[in-house]
Amino acid sequence: MEPRLKSGKTAPAQRPQPGFVQTLFAVVWKDLTAEMRSRELLSAMLVFALLVIFIFNFALELAPSVRSEVTAGVLWVTFTFAGTLGLNRSMAMEKDRGCLDGLLLAPVERSAIYFGKAVGNLTFILIMAAIILPLYALFYGINVFRPGLLLVILLGSVGYTAIGTLLATMAVQTRTRDVLLPILLFPITLPVLIASVKASSGFLEKAPDLSAILPWLNFLIAYDIIFIALAFMFFDYLVEE
Amino acid sequence: MIYARKLVKRFGTKTVLRGIDFHVERGEFVALLGSNGAGKTTFLRILASLSRPSLGEVRLAGYSLPHQAAQVRARLGFVSHQPLLYGDLSAEDNLRFYARMYGLRKPEARIAEVLDLTGLRVHRREPVRTFSRGMQQRLSLGRAILHDPDILLFDEPYTGLDQDAALMLDDLLAKISAQGRTIVMTSHDLARTESLATRFDILARGVISASARRGELGGNLLDFYKKALAG
Repeated sequence: MEPRLKSGKTAPAQRPQPGFVQTLFAVVWKDLTAEMRSRELLSAMLVFALLVIFIFNFALELAPSVRSEVTAGVLWVTFTFAGTLGLNRSMAMEKDRGCLDGLLLAPVERSAIYFGKAVGNLTFILIMAAIILPLYALFYGINVFRPGLLLVILLGSVGYTAIGTLLATMAVQTRTRDVLLPILLFPITLPVLIASVKASSGFLEKAPDLSAILPWLNFLIAYDIIFIALAFMFFDYLVEE
Repeated sequence: MIYARKLVKRFGTKTVLRGIDFHVERGEFVALLGSNGAGKTTFLRILASLSRPSLGEVRLAGYSLPHQAAQVRARLGFVSHQPLLYGDLSAEDNLRFYARMYGLRKPEARIAEVLDLTGLRVHRREPVRTFSRGMQQRLSLGRAILHDPDILLFDEPYTGLDQDAALMLDDLLAKISAQGRTIVMTSHDLARTESLATRFDILARGVISASARRGELGGNLLDFYKKALAG
């Protein structure tokens, strides 16, 4: 029985609508399942990351005394370039068969779709980092398994993915998406990359100076919050047309 | 069930829809016909809440767009010439994902029902990218009716289908229409729409230029279409 309005007309019955968290996990589940079946995204990111590590290792031929100063930069260049590949592929999957329309047709909060995509992309970057870091330690002879450095990798990756997912959504709707994403992404993520490199360098030193690292960590946290909030506000408008 | 009044859509300086008035009763099957670039897809995308009108009022199932878009989407199924399916996921996984996105309470039973209806049960574990165009379109239809919508919008669903696949889609559409759903379908295929639709609207020059029920046509949709386009 459909409810009656004061005017006497019958109001349409409410249909079930999934909540924010349910939607977010549905999108993450879909991305991870698709990747488990195809293994396209992670393998491309990993191969690219490995190539970057090899090239830098042989091109720079670093003396042990300067390694710790340069290592953080090489690490973040690797994450950034490989991450861009992942972001492009992740959104291209949504566009190729009109799947983005399928997502937008669902009776869900659109910001939950964004967060689902962002969490999926973050998961791929962190999986890549988990595989790359041991190899990195091996090649550069540096212990990278330090809690402080792992925290910086997490915070930097969150900021990079938050803005990257938003810009990939924009770029994927254009014909030049492969070129447009890095052009848009690198200037905007430059502050987060600088902060990540500075904080990482600090933690890679033999005796980390927390008073020098803390401002960069605070900057990373502020950047993450600001860009997550911006994405939350603008994603709906970005996908409308 | 569907109500649009003085609907205008502009893209920059180009006006595609110039004040459309469109009304569909519950259970009607309306074929929306028109030449290429007439604005059929644009109009359907506005009804599906995928695009906002520049001016005008739209209501579906008693809810207005864009303010009550989530309620509209919960009662709406959309099939376009693109399948809106993930190629790397199996047919079953695609339906499972959309069942979650629509908050279905007993998804497995409904997924089995839809796979039976579309004749894809034996292929349920195969990746969609291995499906033929016809199978993808049947699964796309299954995706659209998964949440049991009152309204179905079809945008050129026969595009790229061979004769066998088109006949299977005919059969599916007839079954779905017989369930009392309200359907709007755009198509270039007059013969196909003539056997399925109960009403025929012609979109030309940015407005609905003519409308007729099946009984009023005297069995000659082509004449009606040509006259409507000639203005």
